Amino acid sequence: MPTDSTISIRNGRLIDPATGFDGEADVHLAEGRVLAIGAAPPGFCPERTLDASGCLVFPGVVDLCARLREPGLEHKATIASETRAAAAAGITTLCCPPDTSPVVDTPAVAQLIQQTAARHGHARVLPAGALTRKLEGKVLAEMAALKQAGCPVLSQAGRTILSTHVARRALEYASTFGMTVFLQPLDRDLAEGGCVHEGRVSTRLGLPGIPEAAETLAVARDLALAEQTGARIHFRGLSTARALEMLAEARARGVRASADVAIHQLFLTEEDVAGLNADCHVIPPLRTRSDRDALRAALASGALAALCSDHQPHDADAKLAPFPETAPGISGLETLLPLGLRLVEEAVMDVATLIARLTLGPAEVLGQRLGRLGVGERADVCIFDPRRAWTVSPETLLSHGENSPFMGMTLRGRVIWTLLDGRIVFERTD
Amino acid sequence: MNALTTQLDEAGNLKHFLTIEGLERSLLIDILDRAEGFLGVAQQAVKKVPLCRGKVIANLFFENSTRTRTTFELAAKRLSADVLNLNISTSATAKGETLLDTLRNLEAMHVDMFVVRHATSGAAHFIAQHAAPHVSVVNAGDGRHSHPTQAMLDMFTIRRHKGDFSALRVAIVGDILHSRVARSQILALNTLGAAEVRVIGPRTLIPADAAEALGVRVFHDLREGVRDVDVVIMLRLQRERMSSALLPSEHEYFQLFGLTEERLATAHAEAIVMHPGPINRGVEMDSQVADGKRSVILEQVSNGIAVRMAVMSMCIGTQNLQAQQAGEQRDAH
Repeated sequence: MPTDSTISIRNGRLIDPATGFDGEADVHLAEGRVLAIGAAPPGFCPERTLDASGCLVFPGVVDLCARLREPGLEHKATIASETRAAAAAGITTLCCPPDTSPVVDTPAVAQLIQQTAARHGHARVLPAGALTRKLEGKVLAEMAALKQAGCPVLSQAGRTILSTHVARRALEYASTFGMTVFLQPLDRDLAEGGCVHEGRVSTRLGLPGIPEAAETLAVARDLALAEQTGARIHFRGLSTARALEMLAEARARGVRASADVAIHQLFLTEEDVAGLNADCHVIPPLRTRSDRDALRAALASGALAALCSDHQPHDADAKLAPFPETAPGISGLETLLPLGLRLVEEAVMDVATLIARLTLGPAEVLGQRLGRLGVGERADVCIFDPRRAWTVSPETLLSHGENSPFMGMTLRGRVIWTLLDGRIVFERTD
Repeated sequence: MNALTTQLDEAGNLKHFLTIEGLERSLLIDILDRAEGFLGVAQQAVKKVPLCRGKVIANLFFENSTRTRTTFELAAKRLSADVLNLNISTSATAKGETLLDTLRNLEAMHVDMFVVRHATSGAAHFIAQHAAPHVSVVNAGDGRHSHPTQAMLDMFTIRRHKGDFSALRVAIVGDILHSRVARSQILALNTLGAAEVRVIGPRTLIPADAAEALGVRVFHDLREGVRDVDVVIMLRLQRERMSSALLPSEHEYFQLFGLTEERLATAHAEAIVMHPGPINRGVEMDSQVADGKRSVILEQVSNGIAVRMAVMSMCIGTQNLQAQQAGEQRDAH
């Protein structure tokens, strides 16, 4: 991969959450790293100068959960198609869950994913390794080997370990190697058969519900196990206000736990299911308005460390069925930043906080030195024009997944350039 | 797209009949009035009217139900339509054919109306969204969601006995959680302006936030719940739920929620008793009540044919109107 080019990004508003810098400053890149901020070093003569007037310049987005569907489900999407969409969305690092086919429970699969991503070169892909073999929740996966193969974290994807004994030992074993474990808290018994939040809308429409306790029960269990074992856990995709309270209380006691939220949870609620739009079928389900408000507040305060796309591209057939029979998930990469910007417009948080939750926050969860734009850091950069409006449509999306409840909406904010290790991986020409 | 925009055409005519939700009171009254007119057809020497002559109506039953299917079939035949009965549960989907494939195949046979029963909530709505524009869909029950013709035949029966809805107190007893019938009845009663709708059952069978979500008063005690009511609607309790995590036994259920003459004592003296059938005698009610003077259960069945005739003829009428308008537009060009 050629990383020897030199680039200057001029006239933009630089936001670097790691240093707290927020102001107009030029950024100079060389050899895949940030060479200088502000004035160019004497004699620096960039091969290319990008005019970022009116744009925000910040570290490339780090997305904690994006399914790329490869290997195994290439009819939905591929590493090539989704990393290309990621680059167009300003996302430079993606962590993909291990529920591919085959599961990421061997070094071979982990390496295959990284090599395929590297070959296409649109974005950095860090596969989460499986916590248990085949994600069955019975036998531990070879965690040390997975770490060696480039998996920064371990995960059960959406498959809760039923046995508390296995869950406890899995956390202990993972902590041997200092690995963070991603857990999507959902009690399988309580969630069984459910497709929406159990509440007013499920009652009105007669849709099988998933009660709040399906999340809080799993959170309580996993927090207790984290406290017992001293392991570091990260809750992937919280959906309830009550779970946030439990997390805060445990953290105050010193439990090593963090959490993120999927962007759609900050905009949609159970009411959006009332039209039986299968694109609003997600797990965990869209909850109430007060849950949504609590999640927004928690992201603003930092109680939620990261905002992620929870990207789940589907083929059209997966959504062509009566609502409960459709596959859950939203194709979310390309709406992540523009919807994030809407949080700023709605005064939920300032833009620097938003950028922190999309870059430094998730990078720290992954334990990777990413999401920073100080001198000497990796030159992963997103140049984002917050004024540009665009309409979400199959034509404007690059992802193979067209399953978005935001389809047809006009959003503000468009990525103009994305740089990965100092190399332009996306340049908007329209 | 919501159910409201799906089932009505631009002029507000009934194109599909999927749910009571979103329908105006005047439309429900219209259905009841038309059904009234069809009641006489059964008494004629020739039990037929020609409103749907030349139309093909397919009964698409993904879930078995002899009685509902039979009344839909009779209703279609009395409207002079040709009827196809398809029990899909045992054929196509078992071979891996998707719902949409099944639909496309039947459309190719030039079916004008699908009467759909399906075990999944939202199925009829889904089919209506994806059916060809000239095809109507009538929901004959989808999952726990909706069973609007059953609700309308119940409203029809209530109106024949009680007249005006505005003074009525109605209690619905039993498994509200899983009941598409109850959901549709509650919507219809509230739309028609019933004074009070109550649901009665153990907490395991009452869905979350029922009072706010459905607009009902919730009771857990049968005697208290039927006090002063004008109509008692008993719901069928599925056999597999009688002894499960929801209920300990049919015995205890009957002890608490089974209807007997004695437990009806607090209801209005003229109260009627209804049941969508088939009854589990000794579980939902005893035979004394089921066959007693308050029971209108068999009337419900015959009223069902008239109400289904009304709904089907209205949907077909909307189709004819659309075809006519399309023709006029063609002529104008």
